[in-house]
Amino acid sequence: MSQAHSALAEQFRDLEQQREASSLGMWVFLVTEIMFFGGLFMVYTVARAMHPAGFAQASRHLDVTLGGTNTAVLISSSLTMALAVYASQVGRRRMLAGFLALTIALGCVFLVIKAIEYADKFHHHLVPGSAFSFAGPEARPAELFFSLYFAMTGLHALHMVIGVGVVLVVLVKAWRGRYTIEYHTPVEISGLYWHFVDIIWIFLFPLLYLIGLKR
Amino acid sequence: MPEHIVPPKIYLVICGILLVLTFVTWGVALIDLGPWNIVVALSIAFCKATLVALFFMHVRYSPRRTQLVVVAGIFWLGIMILLTMSDYLTRPWLTS
Repeated sequence: MSQAHSALAEQFRDLEQQREASSLGMWVFLVTEIMFFGGLFMVYTVARAMHPAGFAQASRHLDVTLGGTNTAVLISSSLTMALAVYASQVGRRRMLAGFLALTIALGCVFLVIKAIEYADKFHHHLVPGSAFSFAGPEARPAELFFSLYFAMTGLHALHMVIGVGVVLVVLVKAWRGRYTIEYHTPVEISGLYWHFVDIIWIFLFPLLYLIGLKR
Repeated sequence: MPEHIVPPKIYLVICGILLVLTFVTWGVALIDLGPWNIVVALSIAFCKATLVALFFMHVRYSPRRTQLVVVAGIFWLGIMILLTMSDYLTRPWLTS
């Protein structure tokens, strides 16, 4: 029986049970997030099945290089987050803080690239609404595509902003030495969230950027 | 179940595979495979997501009940997409 730890809540037998309960709770939340994004993926699937040509044409207006770069940036940020969790497990405070800071930096790079892309869409009148303009008979399906593009990437970007905020809080606490080999659950839990947001982008990238490339 | 510590080397290998698969999915999108383009793209995305979940998110080393929650989430998403599409795709006047 381990000694009572200051982070141990009284309803748990020990820190191990507490950690497993926290992790399970986070996964239950992530399942609700799967359903949250799942609704949008469902609408996308139906709309694309109805307008395959319009969606392919509209997709060609997205910048694959920027989208691909962002995919690499997010995958790299998942690596630094995973390494941060490792650092917390072996109790290396400076390494933990360093990888958390790197994760935040990569998250910000992603958001900056996303902002550049959004600005470009405004500039080219590809934002749905009264200013939307798209040449050819597929203008309506194209507008539908861009509505979904902004809804899905916008919701994803919102998750990124929240993720950066969460990791920032964990970074401050890590720097102050709040986490030890025995107790570092918040690092792990925020890691689960970060990786989940990465998984959403892994599906968004081919569905939004790559469907109009073949000739 | 005691906490499992994944060695950093495994994280690096997984990250490498994920980056390679990103280039593969990009490359395949340039080739016209007809209806198979989307099948290949989603299969690669599913493989990448599985790798992230199993290793980065430690599902492989998690208790069975956590694994059950993960699989149940994907299963329910599958029900939604499968049943909805079986409806829409059997109404040819909508998709033609």
